[in-house]
Amino acid sequence: MSGFSCQRLSKTFFAHNAVVPALESIDFRVEARSFVCIVGPSGCGKSTLLRLIAGLLPPTSGCVCFDREASQDKPRTALVFQEHGLFPWMTVLDNVAFALVGQRQGRREGRRLAQAQLERVGLAGFAHSYPHQLSGGMRQRVGVARALLANPDILLMDEPFGSVDAQTRLVLQEELLNLWREQQKTVVYVTHDIAEAILLGDRVLVMSGRPGRILADIAVPLARPRMLTAVDSPEIKDIKWRIWNMLESEVRANLGTSSAPFS
Amino acid sequence: MAGWLLVWEMAATRRWISPLFFPAPTTILRTLLAYSASGKLVADLAATLGRLLMGLMLGGSMGMLLGLLMGGSPRLRRLVDPLVAAMHPIPKISLLPLVLIIFGLGESSRVVLVAVASFFPTVINTMTGVQQIPPIYYEVAANYQASPLTVFRRIIIPGSLPMILAGWRIALNTALVITIAVELITAREGLGAAIWLAWQTLRTEHFYAALLVIAVLGLGSNGLLHLLSAWLIPWQRQDHST
Ligand SMILES: Nc1ncnc2c1ncn2[C@@H]1O[C@H](COP(=O)(O)OP(=O)(O)O)[C@@H](O)[C@H]1O
Ligand SMILES: [Mg+2]
Repeated sequence: MSGFSCQRLSKTFFAHNAVVPALESIDFRVEARSFVCIVGPSGCGKSTLLRLIAGLLPPTSGCVCFDREASQDKPRTALVFQEHGLFPWMTVLDNVAFALVGQRQGRREGRRLAQAQLERVGLAGFAHSYPHQLSGGMRQRVGVARALLANPDILLMDEPFGSVDAQTRLVLQEELLNLWREQQKTVVYVTHDIAEAILLGDRVLVMSGRPGRILADIAVPLARPRMLTAVDSPEIKDIKWRIWNMLESEVRANLGTSSAPFS
Repeated sequence: MAGWLLVWEMAATRRWISPLFFPAPTTILRTLLAYSASGKLVADLAATLGRLLMGLMLGGSMGMLLGLLMGGSPRLRRLVDPLVAAMHPIPKISLLPLVLIIFGLGESSRVVLVAVASFFPTVINTMTGVQQIPPIYYEVAANYQASPLTVFRRIIIPGSLPMILAGWRIALNTALVITIAVELITAREGLGAAIWLAWQTLRTEHFYAALLVIAVLGLGSNGLLHLLSAWLIPWQRQDHST
């Protein structure tokens, strides 16, 4: 239903006469209702990959193929942006209600649903605040609340808790896992934090440095529901090390081949 | 302020300075009261305000409209921007002869010149305002399947509003300058005309009275616009410097 696969997906940017190959022949499959995490060095094309899946960018070649019967619509996606993308000129309530502009509800009904959504995530008291009045963590939560209100089949999250302190992040991760369990969505979650990827994902995809390719596809053998603080079995530690080794060599390769940034 | 006025008053009444150039504040105040009682003040103020507002609304809204279109369409921008950039630095008052030839010696010429002067700040600021909207907001709109109309109403307009209002503020002040300048040269009524008449008849206290009204007009209109901005862009912390 809401699974999909990326098939030989490539993306090259042409900007200012420079050719930037961002993604190269990406192949993977995401099962419906699974939680897939993607880790990779920064600049390897993670955000670009999510934009391709969300349909915000056209691929240069290859395709994102969604599972569907001939009669069905394409499953709906919603992207939680890395920069959270809240409109500074809208209140928190209007920002969240914006998720419904493309749907049939009127503005008033949209607001009512947005208010209910804010109550669900414990932000009801900030409905009439502007984004700049919120902390970084609260802004991220508003971004997630907005994407969830759109009720997508596939939720795409781009380092959603990247700028949050460790304690808050733990709480937000718990919230996210609860939501995922209740709402049965397919989630693709990008992070640069290996521990976070293992904590959250059914699988972890490891990407190479630019141009991004899939280096490894690792299943996480942890039962659910997971205790977010209790993941230090030897097996998990071993996975962490494997991913770290792959990423380290990628990062070093990137530093070595880049045109001497410090000279 | 009160102290300085007192010093000025003393200096003028004791003739330390020539009251011909610097009449005493009380003299100016008396003149202002007489000016107002005769009904001439209201007539001049109405004439000046009429030209100012007509020209500002006409030129400002056309500038805003073109600015929105240019901000949204790179092709139109490439076509029109060189023209705007070339004409913008011309002091608009120097176009008066041309405007007089085209629109005649009547009221419409004055309004047209004020409109031309108001047009440039709004077109440039509006265009820049639209261009500087971060692209991510359009991606968010696409992410939630917003229609082009929704993008225009809820992203382009509010996203460029601070710059649009800054453009209107510059336009207002330019329009005031041009209105007074045009009146100095061509008009028979209006605050600029009153200043010119005071000079020709060497009644400096009349000059100061008119100047005072213009200053109040400038301060008042800027203050109103400031309040309007605060009300229209509640998401921006208003800083108190202008
Ligand atoms: N719109 C764009 N135009 C040109 N280059 C881009 C664009 N978006 C991303 N890139 C480039 O593609 C590469 C991958 O970017 P991104 O997907 O943001 O990486 P990540 O999210 O993994 O840090 C980077 O080198 C970036 O500079
Ligand atoms: Mg990124």
